[in-house]
Amino acid sequence: MSFWYNIVDLFLPFDWAHYTFMKNALLGVLLVTPMFGLLGTMVVNNKMAFFADALGHSALTGIAIGVILGVKNPIWSMLAFSLLLAVVITKVKNVNTSSTDTIIGVFSSTAVALGVVMLSFGGGFTKYSVYLIGDLLSISQIDLIILPIIFIIVVIIWVATFNKLLLVSVNPLLARSRGVNVDFYENLFTITVAVIVTISIQWVGVLIISSMLVLPAAAARNISSNMRQYHVYSIAIALISGVVGLILSYFLGSAAGATMVLISSLFFGATFFMKVKIYS
Amino acid sequence: MINSNKMTSGNKIMNSSKVKNLNCKKCSCGLCCTKIKDFGVTIGKTEILKDVNLHIHCGDLTAIIGANGAGKSTLLKALLGGIQHSGHITFASGNKKNINNPKMGYVPQKLDFDNSSPVSVIDMFAATSSSKPIWFSISKDVRQKALESLSLVQGEQLIDKRLGVLSGGELQRVLLALALQPIPDILLLDEPVSGIDQNGLKLFYKTVSNLRKEYDLSIILVSHDLYLVSKYADRIAFINNKTIESCGTAEEVFSNEKVIDVFGVDWNKVLVDNNDREDY
Repeated sequence: MSFWYNIVDLFLPFDWAHYTFMKNALLGVLLVTPMFGLLGTMVVNNKMAFFADALGHSALTGIAIGVILGVKNPIWSMLAFSLLLAVVITKVKNVNTSSTDTIIGVFSSTAVALGVVMLSFGGGFTKYSVYLIGDLLSISQIDLIILPIIFIIVVIIWVATFNKLLLVSVNPLLARSRGVNVDFYENLFTITVAVIVTISIQWVGVLIISSMLVLPAAAARNISSNMRQYHVYSIAIALISGVVGLILSYFLGSAAGATMVLISSLFFGATFFMKVKIYS
Repeated sequence: MINSNKMTSGNKIMNSSKVKNLNCKKCSCGLCCTKIKDFGVTIGKTEILKDVNLHIHCGDLTAIIGANGAGKSTLLKALLGGIQHSGHITFASGNKKNINNPKMGYVPQKLDFDNSSPVSVIDMFAATSSSKPIWFSISKDVRQKALESLSLVQGEQLIDKRLGVLSGGELQRVLLALALQPIPDILLLDEPVSGIDQNGLKLFYKTVSNLRKEYDLSIILVSHDLYLVSKYADRIAFINNKTIESCGTAEEVFSNEKVIDVFGVDWNKVLVDNNDREDY
């Protein structure tokens, strides 16, 4: 860790970078936002924005279950519950009884309601409201050891499976005709998204987690004409929004996650007008 | 309800009239064949297809026609393994050796992406033919092969375009080129219901027809355009009441009472009239 602190001290001789919690948060942002940029590309391709939102909201129930079971760190109960929800939604979706957004809507609101009821039982919801907004500055040293490992795993998954994921998203039958195991790749991607979303909830917050995932990719989409550009822009926008948002939130005293999302939405606005200009 | 006599007699006619192609690059003509035996599909409690039997020789273009919802696309899906089915499909190559997993090429009816999707034509080729992640880089080798494949459908100039900006006909030709790399044993085509102008369709049929002769492909085509089918298909299979009710040459099938009943007109008469008027 001291290696990272030295680097920050050397290259960022600013007031805000002086504090340890800011150094930790900066490293966290540099690790988390590129993952969101990467996964976001496929989330938007697969029209899974709403799905990511439902995953984020389900975390409330996960927290509640953790509290009831007396688990010290609710991350494990959150992970278990969101994975369960992800698998169930995918299964129910494939049975094809009603449209996807109805199904996700049903599960999402049920999970939120269940979580709120369980957490507010006896009237103590306020102490959990930190999960709604998230607190990036609470990122701990242990988190910063786990994060690089997750980061590497996500990159490996992305390198190894992206081509197949793209085929599945463009046309599942076409993918099948190429010998791609459609269900496996669908589930792998859904689970990866569920894990990343759940882990990041504590820093970003239930309310805006899906925007973190969707906005950079949506902005990049406006100005890219192939997958390479799409990835480069998406990761760049996610990183820039993350770092700028973090610094800005320090001076404004605002919630870091929300500030980042605002910056990304500015990017979306700008690229949207670039797109309008290109196509008019 | 298969008229096997009619099927074999149809075959004989086809084989005798077929000119042997000496430039065949894959196998000796007419020897390899695809057999679909006792094929059936049941989804839930609804039986969609039963007792489907088809025998396809390489170099043959077999068109599948039928009313909307008769199960044409379902048959293609089942052949690709997208849905569970009973019965089996065998592929025998030139030396009568059975191959259990023939290479399938598939041209889907439509792709599941919105027009703003940043997927380019070369992205699709790279995603199907290489395991190197396409967001990282695309090798020159892959690009060269894609160009060769696209030249078969006169689409070299489309290589760097986004899928979303292609016209219906262009997209269909690109998908055909995609299905032809590598050259498959069986080519399954699902013709779009709408979005392609008549000239585009004609060009598509001509391309398919030429490819069939050059590479000795077995082609199964689901079609909605009876006129073009009668011009280019060697054999026509009519799906009605969950199975193939009539199979043979255009004259045979179009004079079948049930076909006339479903499509409303005696297509033989229409076709004869058309042939009188237009010179193809």
